[in-house]
Amino acid sequence: MLYSEKVMDHFTHPRNVGIIEDADGVGEVGNAKCGDIMKIYLKISDGIITDVKFNTFGCGSAIASSSMATEMIKGKPISEALTLTNKAVVEALEGLPAHKLHCSVLAEEAVKAAIKDYYDKNGIEYDKSQFPDCASCAHCAID
Amino acid sequence: MKIYADNAATTKMRKCAIDAMLPYYDGIYANPSSLHTPGQIAAEAVRAARERMAAAIGCLPREIYFTSGGSESDNWAIASAAEAGARKNKKHIISCAIEHHAVLHTLNKLEKRGYEITLLPVSENGIVRAEDVEASIRTDTALVTIMFANNEIGTIQPIAEIGKICRDKGVTFHTDAVQAVGHIGINVKEQNIDMLSLSAHKFGGPKGIGALYIRSGLPVTNLIDGGAQERGKRAGTENVPAIVGMAAALDECLKDMNKDAAKLIKLRDRLIDGLLKIPHTALNGDRSSRLPGNVNVCFEGIEGESLLLLLDAKGVYASSGSACTSGSLDPSHVLLAIGRPHSVAHGSLRLTLSADATEKEIDYIINAVTDVVAYLRNMSPVWHDLLEGKAQYVIQ
Repeated sequence: MLYSEKVMDHFTHPRNVGIIEDADGVGEVGNAKCGDIMKIYLKISDGIITDVKFNTFGCGSAIASSSMATEMIKGKPISEALTLTNKAVVEALEGLPAHKLHCSVLAEEAVKAAIKDYYDKNGIEYDKSQFPDCASCAHCAID
Repeated sequence: MKIYADNAATTKMRKCAIDAMLPYYDGIYANPSSLHTPGQIAAEAVRAARERMAAAIGCLPREIYFTSGGSESDNWAIASAAEAGARKNKKHIISCAIEHHAVLHTLNKLEKRGYEITLLPVSENGIVRAEDVEASIRTDTALVTIMFANNEIGTIQPIAEIGKICRDKGVTFHTDAVQAVGHIGINVKEQNIDMLSLSAHKFGGPKGIGALYIRSGLPVTNLIDGGAQERGKRAGTENVPAIVGMAAALDECLKDMNKDAAKLIKLRDRLIDGLLKIPHTALNGDRSSRLPGNVNVCFEGIEGESLLLLLDAKGVYASSGSACTSGSLDPSHVLLAIGRPHSVAHGSLRLTLSADATEKEIDYIINAVTDVVAYLRNMSPVWHDLLEGKAQYVIQ
């Protein structure tokens, strides 16, 4: 089997699928040319992520990574969500094949992009180095 | 319901092939090169199989070389023609953009060694224009290699036309007929084919065996040096059971071909019509110049690997040209060559049917695909952007 049972569980029964119409922060990363796009919606209250939903265009591991990442940050303070790494997502999924690791990177980036959007919308100051932009990732150089 | 719809990848072995093979593992296991009686019985089986293979494609038995399969045959044919060409200072080869990697990667290697390769484009229906082949032939052209039928989108190429052009111009013509043999009519003499690759497991024979037809009189490079097998060109003890199984399978295919093709075309068209009812879905490849069992479609707004995994869970076994299914970042070169943009090429689905399929199974596939596509679109940000008018549909 290509994927672990955990990946298949999150892929076939993804948690937190959907859209939050009045989201406080929205992050979208990836592009259709490489075959993965993740969009994460956050509802934030008193610095806590009270709700999170995602939409993903991509392979099984992209959908599973989105599902796992949203589950890992739901109910957590923003400060904790910002420490979410792709490695932690992979570990929680009990591993991804080597050529699918970039899917977990996208999940980490999508969470960060949504938090950055929340900061920007609310005029909250932040350390810009925490949020590397999409162009710095070599995964899918667009021509 | 469990439906295997990946017959372009490989087929279930025909019972007649298995039955034909078994005695050559058990009783008649001797080496066909041995002089003793059991050895000569094995040699006779190989001889008879070669004769049947030759009859199946319309050539002479001595023009058939047994190989390990389609990739080996493609590699060998191209290497042979390239080497023969170089001796006459001809180092130009013509092929097309939708060939199998067994051809394309062999050509890449030759390009690095100083050969010039012309890769012809195909129409948006996935068909090579014979006039493009004619216009590209030069005085230094050593080989034209164009596949008989495409493995992904099933399009059947104008092989007889290209064969005639090459014969008239005195250029060697090879065709990778791996997807065609046993499924559509082939006659190498009538179609002016100089070399043809075939593989047994695509028509109900065993894996690991195939053949290369090389027209008598053409120079042949030694592929494996050693004993005198395959006219001294490909040494190594013959895989007797596989050779016998391949010939038995092809015999039965040819006997049933017209009946099977008529049945498959009906099922194929039912499946195409059913899938095209899904909004923003397009057929890849020509609708009529197409292998009887091939269906290949693109769905806008979804990615192919997730589609395959969910279909698998519903018992439908298919394949896709998505990058994620290959481990590379680029989707299928065939879909890109017919003009599908990357985003849409990622959302492709290939279903290749066997003649055992039933209408009930086709309807089950249509329902399963319709459900899975709707499910994936519902969680796709690309699809939501299209729905909200933030992006333009590529497939109307």
